[in-house]
Amino acid sequence: MKKLLTATAAIALSAGSAFAAGHAKEVKLGVLFGFTGPIESLAPAMGAGAEMAMAEVTESGKLLDAATVTPMRADTGCIDNGLATANAEKLIADGANGIIGGDCSGVTGAILQNVAIPNGMVMISPSATSPGLSTMEDNGLFFRTAPSDAREGQVMAEILKDRGINSIALTYTNNDYGKGLADAIQSSFEAVGGTVTIVTAHEDGKGDYSAEVAALASAGGDILVVAGYLDQGGLGIIQGSLDTGAFETFGLPGGMIGDSLPTNVGSDLDGSFGQIAGSDSEGAEIYAKMASEAGFDGTSAYSAESYDAAALFLLAMQAAGSMDPAEYGAKILDVANAPGEVINPGELGKALEILANGGDIDYQGATGVELIGPGESAGSYREIEVKDGKNETVKFR
Amino acid sequence: MDFLNALVALTNFVLVPGIAYGSQLALGALGVTLIYGILRFSNFAHGDTMAFGTMMTILFTWWFQSMGITAGPLPTALLALPFGIAVTMGLVVGTDRAVFRFYRQQKAKPVVFVMVSLGVMFIMNGLVRFIIGPGDQQFADGERFIVSARTFKSLTGLDEGLAIKTSQGITVVTAVIVVAALFWFLNKTRTGKSMRAYSDNEDLALLSGINPERVVTYTWLIVAALATIAGTLYGLDKSFKPFTYFQLLLPIFAAAIVGGLGNPLGAIAGGFVIAMSEVMVTYAWKKVAEYVLPDSLAPSGLVQLMSTDYKFAVSFAILIVVLLFKPTGIFKGKAV
Repeated sequence: MKKLLTATAAIALSAGSAFAAGHAKEVKLGVLFGFTGPIESLAPAMGAGAEMAMAEVTESGKLLDAATVTPMRADTGCIDNGLATANAEKLIADGANGIIGGDCSGVTGAILQNVAIPNGMVMISPSATSPGLSTMEDNGLFFRTAPSDAREGQVMAEILKDRGINSIALTYTNNDYGKGLADAIQSSFEAVGGTVTIVTAHEDGKGDYSAEVAALASAGGDILVVAGYLDQGGLGIIQGSLDTGAFETFGLPGGMIGDSLPTNVGSDLDGSFGQIAGSDSEGAEIYAKMASEAGFDGTSAYSAESYDAAALFLLAMQAAGSMDPAEYGAKILDVANAPGEVINPGELGKALEILANGGDIDYQGATGVELIGPGESAGSYREIEVKDGKNETVKFR
Repeated sequence: MDFLNALVALTNFVLVPGIAYGSQLALGALGVTLIYGILRFSNFAHGDTMAFGTMMTILFTWWFQSMGITAGPLPTALLALPFGIAVTMGLVVGTDRAVFRFYRQQKAKPVVFVMVSLGVMFIMNGLVRFIIGPGDQQFADGERFIVSARTFKSLTGLDEGLAIKTSQGITVVTAVIVVAALFWFLNKTRTGKSMRAYSDNEDLALLSGINPERVVTYTWLIVAALATIAGTLYGLDKSFKPFTYFQLLLPIFAAAIVGGLGNPLGAIAGGFVIAMSEVMVTYAWKKVAEYVLPDSLAPSGLVQLMSTDYKFAVSFAILIVVLLFKPTGIFKGKAV
């Protein structure tokens, strides 16, 4: 008993002193991504991207009073609202100064409504792209470094038209992201004179998609557009369509772009095409190089956006001279947009110094960040084509 | 010619995938039904037992491939299967000794067993993810198709292609062999008979000198083999991902219950009923109708009874109807 008491006291003491030190010199950023669930293969590179920005700032020693930045990872499960909000609550209870996340649109909306707004916490999502989030009342607390799917629908329609495709079959993953994107693609494609033969949902996490493939094949179309996830139903649908000879070419929106898809499907995917948020900015290359030096793949989807999200938090904090969400939140648009000195990835130390001296910056980052309207990315896209089992960027839009 | 095209389209998109999926569900449901019949509880860990067995098979497959051992045109996984089964047998018998035996000795109620199996499910779930990771694993090799859509078209000159994957062929053949072997075992061997006796009337079986622990062990061994085979076939046909196997639990239980829990024949019938209903009711008959009907009658719509969104609703509607009118399932199983 005595031993237990001493041990408890010792732990309490050390915890207390850690807290005291933490207050002055530690900025905690929640990294709230779907480390399990439908996009679990993307989340590691996203987390690594965000953490790389934090490490860079910590190393520079120029944030606030030479504060260190500590990432706190937590899981959203991508489609699990209960898990995501519980973990967001936990991050705030643990003293997070900002939350990078969520990742998938549905959970992001849930975290925003149930946790961020009541607690006045700022969120920057690198990958939630549902058009619904643009109009959601957010009290100026929500930003995203990824563009809305409404824009992606237009881009996809343009690409389809340019490639001379007149009719498509369309299937989407049955959630906020998939439905929003499918609606955007359908309306944009029909607006430029295309035909959508069938729109059908598929559930993720099932192994058998014979029924969906059968319905899609029966409806026909030049190509099949799969607005899903590359780790989940999207892969199953493509595999099923190829095996039965239903479709040979596929249109792949952002959620389907990733290295694992061509690897898993093989050479049959060659010739399929799609688009993903990304720009030809100088930053993208620099970032890819920094990432490969750090030992992860910087071209993995939404990894660069995650780096930018973390960087925006820290730059805004520096600009406001505070790590209180109520104070730095308003600065996010300032640091992201012109006027000011252009900042690329790897130059966060320089940016912090300019801000400390009262200067102005225009953070470009790894994705050419330009926030418009309610705080979301303006949206440039990479047009991707699968060639020889690899995703290759053919054009920027 | 048009009639042939319609027939081929139907076979390609409905019959072939339906039969392969049905065989996989049937093998899974057989395992569930055996546990229910003999140990008298619904084993929620079955999906994850399948995942574990498949994982072991995959690991052995990779090992064989690295040594250059392959099965020619057949997937290497078939060679690895017996080893996978052996390890899985070890796991489930170990789980039984460590966990389920304790509750058996306590004479715990079935609902307690169900909850315990839920716990075992989560542990196995974690174990599989821990060892092989949560991602997709492709382990099929060898010839991919028996007949591919393109070859079929050029061979027959028809507009519609027919694809039969090797994995689908293997699935059906293996399912037939396994089911035949299982029925022979249950009906002809001494151990099989003692298992059936134990299932029918536990007290009477004990009185006539049947060793219950032996029966239980044999049941787990058979279930491990069935689960591993079902999981591996499913993984070969689709792909292996732990989360998908966890989700498979639902259609497997639906199959077992529709057929009659505790009745092996019912499990097989149930598997096909569930698989076919998922594919057939939601099929868009447009293409078939265009071939069969004269042009003037050709439909402009999709001729789809209901959207594929409802395919699970269909199988569960069947489940409810069966339970309402025949609570013991299509074949007489134990009352649920």
